[in-house]
Amino acid sequence: MEKPKLIIDGKRCDGRAMDELRPLKVQAGVLNKADGSAYVEWGNNKILAAVYGPRECIPRHDASPYRAVIHCRYLMAPFSTLDEHGRSGPNRRSIEISKVLKEIFENVVMTEKFPKTAIDIFIEVLQADGGTRCAGVTAAAVALADAGIPMRDLPCAVASGKIDKEVAVDFGKLEDNYGDGDMPIAIAPRNGGILLLQLDGMFTKDELRKAVELAYGVLPKINALQVEALRTHYAVKKDELDFRGD
Amino acid sequence: MEILDEIKKDYVTDLMKKNKRPDDREFLEYRPCTVEKGIFPSAEGSARVKLGKTQVVAGVKIDLGTPFKDRPDEGVLSTTAELLPLASPTFEPGPPDEGAIELARIVDRGIRSSNAIDLTSLFVEQDKVLMVFVDVYILDHDGNLIDASALAAMAALLNTRLPKIEGGHLIRTESTEKLKVSQKVVACTFSKIDSHIVLDPGLDEEKAMSTRMTIATTPDYVCAIQKGGRGAFTKEELFNLVDVSFEKGNELRKLLD
Repeated sequence: MEKPKLIIDGKRCDGRAMDELRPLKVQAGVLNKADGSAYVEWGNNKILAAVYGPRECIPRHDASPYRAVIHCRYLMAPFSTLDEHGRSGPNRRSIEISKVLKEIFENVVMTEKFPKTAIDIFIEVLQADGGTRCAGVTAAAVALADAGIPMRDLPCAVASGKIDKEVAVDFGKLEDNYGDGDMPIAIAPRNGGILLLQLDGMFTKDELRKAVELAYGVLPKINALQVEALRTHYAVKKDELDFRGD
Repeated sequence: MEILDEIKKDYVTDLMKKNKRPDDREFLEYRPCTVEKGIFPSAEGSARVKLGKTQVVAGVKIDLGTPFKDRPDEGVLSTTAELLPLASPTFEPGPPDEGAIELARIVDRGIRSSNAIDLTSLFVEQDKVLMVFVDVYILDHDGNLIDASALAAMAALLNTRLPKIEGGHLIRTESTEKLKVSQKVVACTFSKIDSHIVLDPGLDEEKAMSTRMTIATTPDYVCAIQKGGRGAFTKEELFNLVDVSFEKGNELRKLLD
């Protein structure tokens, strides 16, 4: 397929500005059995995250006497893309992503409070539209909070990158496929620490700096939606507090 | 094993507070590094890298194969890494674990994003392309496998000869030309220990680190980044490390000449 034009009259192929996010919806507590769960729709991404734990660590020899271990499984459903039916189960890409996502949550979860246990995070990409790992982080963070697991911060993520030599944020599938490189980044919003950073493509020093700043510009908006989702789910309705009955 | 690791971690962390490293290096100094090309004549390309006491080899094999459906006019590049059980007591036999997969994918990402290998030049005819397999073998693990592996892979590619194609088959004993490599990509890996950041971590330093950052560059571009580990970097630290990577990258690139 011929490379499509990604920037037309200063706007992106879906009409967005360079620093504009796709529509993002975050919902907390969507599953029954999981200790915590969240659902994220981000552009055409549909992503479900669930958390179990702290619970017994399996396999046992993985357990640590000092802290809870975090297991993270990021997977794309074989029906999640426009491509042909993929093989289900982990591949090299998903194994790498699972590893770097796990490391994000090892930073913020107070694992030292639950030695010898495991916290299992499951991220299922049901529909993929570019930026699935970032949407996965955003969902999993809310699921951890929904599970009542103590955390130092609520991480959030977004990708920025280069399309037609311009720096832009939050790529859709088309931009992901035909852009000149992208850079997923996750931060701890309270201190701005970088918890995940990957990059591919060709960036000059200035472009890299611009891409990072662009991401930092929109991450607070994503974080606000995460917090809002939790507030909505746990809001106590006024009549529920009325103990007197009738 | 674990208790010894804890002690070493404290030892390294204490040294850092005195602005020292276990082997008396500067914070942003590489260990002595050598690159030898063409060490395995049976492979189409090969190289060995010694980085301090870390030792890595890479072999390149060229095969004929079919292209990916979505890229019918491009050859195939595939990079894998094997953490051989003889290289460290912590490496176990079996399929590649997440560490080996991450290592291979970081090396691959640098080569791929920089277009160091022009994949369209590997097109042979309709439904037939050359496939380039880069296999990185870790022989001795004393820290910073990423930079050593990236260097070994690059050196092996620079050393690769393309076999002659005759009647739809490869004749490996006769080569026509060298594989075209347009860029020298090198990776610089930094470890953060407490608030200190060191280049080219040794094994003990890796045990003490909270997080690491790998930045792969060509002379003008950053072409791959991977952060690993549970710690965090600040934005300013990142920008600073990018500057250092360009500078140190030029030193590494000289080893590939």
